[in-house]
Amino acid sequence: MKNKHYFLLLMGIALTTIFSVFAFTGVDTGISKIILSYSIGDKAEDFKLKNVDGKWVSLADFENSKGFIVVFTCNSCPVSVANEDRIIALDKKYKELGFPVIAINPNNPKISQEDSFEHMQKRAADKGFTFPYLFDDGQKVYPKYGASKTPHVYVLQKENNDLIVKYIGSIDDSARDANSVSTKYVENAVDALIKGQQVEMTSTRAIGCSIKK
Amino acid sequence: MKYLILIFSFLVLVSCKEKKEDKLTLNENEQIEVYDFEELESFLSTQGDATYVINFWATWCKPCIQELPYFEGLQEEFGDQVKVILVSLDFPNNMESQLKPFVIKNNIKSQVILLDDPHENDWIPKVDSTWSGAIPATLIVNRSKRAFYEKSFSQESLNNEIENFIKI
Repeated sequence: MKNKHYFLLLMGIALTTIFSVFAFTGVDTGISKIILSYSIGDKAEDFKLKNVDGKWVSLADFENSKGFIVVFTCNSCPVSVANEDRIIALDKKYKELGFPVIAINPNNPKISQEDSFEHMQKRAADKGFTFPYLFDDGQKVYPKYGASKTPHVYVLQKENNDLIVKYIGSIDDSARDANSVSTKYVENAVDALIKGQQVEMTSTRAIGCSIKK
Repeated sequence: MKYLILIFSFLVLVSCKEKKEDKLTLNENEQIEVYDFEELESFLSTQGDATYVINFWATWCKPCIQELPYFEGLQEEFGDQVKVILVSLDFPNNMESQLKPFVIKNNIKSQVILLDDPHENDWIPKVDSTWSGAIPATLIVNRSKRAFYEKSFSQESLNNEIENFIKI
């Protein structure tokens, strides 16, 4: 009887471990792809990542903010580069309104050398980034969010002590050409949140670069 | 009048010659059609016998370039059973400076289409409901089966997928 209990307990632990490993890494199990990622309305976890200025940054550091515009982006992806000025503009406009931009580079610099911490520092200085540009060292943060590409935006809003995911997608409806933008998805989402309204378009898609694992 | 006819026929001859020369300078397999999504959509399903492999790529996408030779090799491996279409998502204003030179330099044999359609949020889910928009991405489709892959392939994994389609 006792042995049977031990066996069940061990099986339980083994199955949970296997499942969580698959779920965490998004491994194709052959049956269906299990990806752990945020959906609209989910609570987002905080993180502690190194900024290009060498300091460690957490969302909890921004006590007075109402939320965040978290942008997974990088140096090497031309779609990201085509969005840099738009990301800077978002930060300039919404930092004062309580929604600062937090940029995170999710790429593995061993695969994509242009995305190393040193290259991030240089890019941030050259472009005059007004926001933290954090390095997801060890690639632990982007899988939790479920980011699949750069650029990939998550708008979070503070509710009580939680950070709630309110928008997932692209900055606007013309990721590769700033000149033909007609709808600014992120601005519309944050404007709605500031007014206390529901976000109308909560998720959108655009072409981007796969995250380099 | 005689002179007029002569001049006219001379002009016709010259224009014919020019047309011919144009065709000679542009190799048939280096022609790149530019489509919007509506025009592309007919390629995403088929009633014929062949299996279509539609790869979404760009010259700026390193993992895409890495796997391109595997797609190029499918014709040789599987012959007419497989038709490969390489749908480029290069920035449309880079057609002449990036895409064309790349296709010529690498002697790309598969059909190349430049998808010039800014309404990504509308057409990405029409390619596949699970596609986030990241490339490389590939759609494999024949008249009885359809699968979408938001990932990179190795030569082996691509050939294995194709074999599953051809068996049916």
